[in-house]
Amino acid sequence: MTSKEHSGGHGGQLEELNGFENPGFAEHKPRITDSSPAAERTAERQIAAWFILSMIGTVWFIVAYFLFPVGETAQVRLHTMSVGLGAAVALFGIGIGIILWARTLITDAEVVEDRHDIAGSEEDQAIALEILEQAKDESGIARRSLIRNTLIAAVAIAPLPAILVFRDLGPLPGDKLFNTLWDTNVRLCKDIGGIPTREQLHPLKASEVTIGSAFHVIPENLVQDDPHGEGAFHALDEKAKAAVLLMRIDPSELNTDPEREDWGVDGIVAYSKICTHVGCPVALYEHQTHHLLCPCHQSTFDVTNHCKVIFGPAKRPLPQLPISVDSEGYLVAQSDFTEPVGPTFWEINTRETGA
Amino acid sequence: MKLLATRRRHPMALVVLLLVGLLLTGGAYALFSSSTTAKADEYSAADIEEGNKLFVANCATCHGMNAEGTENGPGLIGVGAAAVDFQVGTGRMPLQMHGPQGQVKQPQFSEEQIAQMAGYVASLGPGPAVPEEEFLNTAEGDAAAGGGLFRTNCAMCHNVVGAGGALTRGKYAPNLSEVSEKHLYEAMQTGPQNMPIFNDANLSPEEKRDVITYVREVSEETAPGGFKLGSLGPVSEGLFIWFFGLAAVIGITVWITARSK
Repeated sequence: MTSKEHSGGHGGQLEELNGFENPGFAEHKPRITDSSPAAERTAERQIAAWFILSMIGTVWFIVAYFLFPVGETAQVRLHTMSVGLGAAVALFGIGIGIILWARTLITDAEVVEDRHDIAGSEEDQAIALEILEQAKDESGIARRSLIRNTLIAAVAIAPLPAILVFRDLGPLPGDKLFNTLWDTNVRLCKDIGGIPTREQLHPLKASEVTIGSAFHVIPENLVQDDPHGEGAFHALDEKAKAAVLLMRIDPSELNTDPEREDWGVDGIVAYSKICTHVGCPVALYEHQTHHLLCPCHQSTFDVTNHCKVIFGPAKRPLPQLPISVDSEGYLVAQSDFTEPVGPTFWEINTRETGA
Repeated sequence: MKLLATRRRHPMALVVLLLVGLLLTGGAYALFSSSTTAKADEYSAADIEEGNKLFVANCATCHGMNAEGTENGPGLIGVGAAAVDFQVGTGRMPLQMHGPQGQVKQPQFSEEQIAQMAGYVASLGPGPAVPEEEFLNTAEGDAAAGGGLFRTNCAMCHNVVGAGGALTRGKYAPNLSEVSEKHLYEAMQTGPQNMPIFNDANLSPEEKRDVITYVREVSEETAPGGFKLGSLGPVSEGLFIWFFGLAAVIGITVWITARSK
């Protein structure tokens, strides 16, 4: 390119732009390294020193890799620390050295490089048009309408198989979002973490849930040896939907909806633990204020008012699990949840839950 | 057998049967009733008397002359010795001022005075007692099992390594690393302030010991990943990057583009 012009050439030509005068370049001040050969040599050595430091870093990386083998936890820490330090010094040294070089030694004269015109020359435009015309004549695309139209149709329908391919990302959730493992007479069991075996199940009796208690609860049919068979039964998916928090509150503090009068047992109430905002587990229960707080976005639910939202971004109350006591004193569900648990979704009103 | 057969219509037979029945059920009840409740007999009458005096002088303003509760404080009948030992032993009670939650401070009473007040409150009604040593011995506990229980029941408020966290309206779950084994146990047992109660059906005494062992383990272990920044996760780590990481990036950018002398 020959359009380069050094600053000296531009200094005098001040033109007006939008009423402002182009001030041109600031005065070019030479650096110390431009005038003093001693300073130039110092800078040169400094830059080389950074590159040498980088080499030391690389060598240190290799040495440390063998010096501190990975073993115990404390050794892993020493290993990653030393190796990382080596890599950091190696890369940082090269970077700092190059920047220092550019700042102190490489010429720093300001330069203007004008843009080209976007449009080509008339000559070039004529040649391009000629090529297009020639292609039109030779291919006969204007004349042969059958070929042209079938080509357009072929291109138009070519993306259709993509629909099938994207469909394979499914299947659609079906009624999975509407049903959980809770069902009539399913016992409430203590959540011991993970998926329990049948022997580990601890069904809860109403008498064990004292006032002020909070129990993390799963359904008794969430066990490892499930009859649904392997593959058909995604235990952790089911747990994610069925997780329930069980609390006992002095019945005089509960403002029970007349329609839900028999959904609790002497102040024992069960609510879905899955936040109706984006599905975090809501389990920060305060047993004096009866607030349930979601740790993700601070949605707060009032357990005494059927988990009505009293703060935060959640829209729906937490779904309540209707419970009762069976003949042996164990807490059981009366049915599945009567509304879908978890975040609201488009089709939430399109079908009934399993209750 | 013959003896029984001949005497079974004796006028005293019914009385004898009743007595035997009562003794059996009473004995069985004494045997099976949970060992962690109601042990007022641990405290001497003098202790209870002394505790009553301390109670009237220091607690009765809010909790009532007979611990029946007032509008300023809950009744304490049936909360047990464990609740007193926790609340007074950690300095939360007596309250310094009203606020979202009682603050930990230097305990105001000696061990002996705390025990006397605990004895007095325990004498008012059955409640959880101060835990026995065997359930506080972390050498016996299983930290791995305790970790599972902690993550299911405690971590949502207290953070996975017990670093604490915020609750609603100015309340918070405290950091657990400095809390003694006894106070950890009592907190689970009695549910102080807004913490739910974890009774023996929810976490058995052995499970409580596992939880305590886990808390001790994580508060004492060195962090393999370097600085913990309070173990608060994205909050403190984000703040660190925001202030120090971004400052470094801006500093380097300014240096790169600055004119050399």
